[in-house]
Amino acid sequence: MAAGAWLKECARVVAAERERLTGLDAAIGDADHGANLDRGFQAIVAELDLGDEAEPGAQLVAAGSLLIRRVGGASGPLYGSALRSMGKALSQGADLSTALEQAVEAVEKLGKAVEGDKTMVDALRPAANAMALAVQEGIGVREALDRAARAAEEGAAATTPMRARKGRASYLGERSEGHRDPGATSAALLIRALAATW
Amino acid sequence: MVGLVLVSHSAGLAAEAAALARGIAGCEVPVAAAGGDADGGLGTSVDLIEAAVAAVDQGDGVVLVPDLGSSVLTARLLEEPGRIVLADVPFVEGAIAAAVTAGGGGSLEQVLAAAEEARGFRKSG
Repeated sequence: MAAGAWLKECARVVAAERERLTGLDAAIGDADHGANLDRGFQAIVAELDLGDEAEPGAQLVAAGSLLIRRVGGASGPLYGSALRSMGKALSQGADLSTALEQAVEAVEKLGKAVEGDKTMVDALRPAANAMALAVQEGIGVREALDRAARAAEEGAAATTPMRARKGRASYLGERSEGHRDPGATSAALLIRALAATW
Repeated sequence: MVGLVLVSHSAGLAAEAAALARGIAGCEVPVAAAGGDADGGLGTSVDLIEAAVAAVDQGDGVVLVPDLGSSVLTARLLEEPGRIVLADVPFVEGAIAAAVTAGGGGSLEQVLAAAEEARGFRKSG
């Protein structure tokens, strides 16, 4: 388990993809998704102890709290709650699949979004389901995570034709169709980062 | 008295809505604004909301009135059942209805109910 390595990889990927995320958000939102997430994850790298000796659950809880304080947009409370729930689950001895399920449920509960609403849930819910199914089938955690990451990427890609029903893009109605959702896109990046580092 | 915190993406909107609510309900009603992000731009700041809650908390409870998006999500994270509650209401109308009821000495439940009634207000007919 290497929560610190995952968080560092998240920060690296978000910084690298910052302009793309902001561009997606400019089409159907307020063009701050990349900058907001970058600010949050850079704060995590700068201010938290991400060393391997720290307890992973506690690291994730601290990272989640920092995202809630620093991001300033909807992704702060959403990803922040996700990391805090995941951290709490890991601290209580849950396996990674269960912890991921808790993280996704936290996002669903706070944002009151379901699959098909054109939000990060469209990437996160398939990822949690794919991971749970792989674990049930007795597949090792590395392959299970890879399946989860692929499910998240497919879920994010599938948001393009959707009409947004939650979040800022929902004000656009049918004009939100034809644009890939920035939240689902960043969610897929974070799950891929998890698969690359855990 | 029940306190009110108006949470908006915009510092100016929150401040002016708070001034309007106090102007109608009375300047003794504890209404605080928590608008914008920490740098004064459009967004939401947990630190500003927490400071506003502390400023209006007289021990009788605090109602958070958010505008939309991250204001709602962030306010929801700060809820403490029975003490700090979120009002899912129109920003201006809900704030004024809540402030008037708070000024009349209403309980947390009564202030929240008054704010929620504002959802059905018609402006014409």
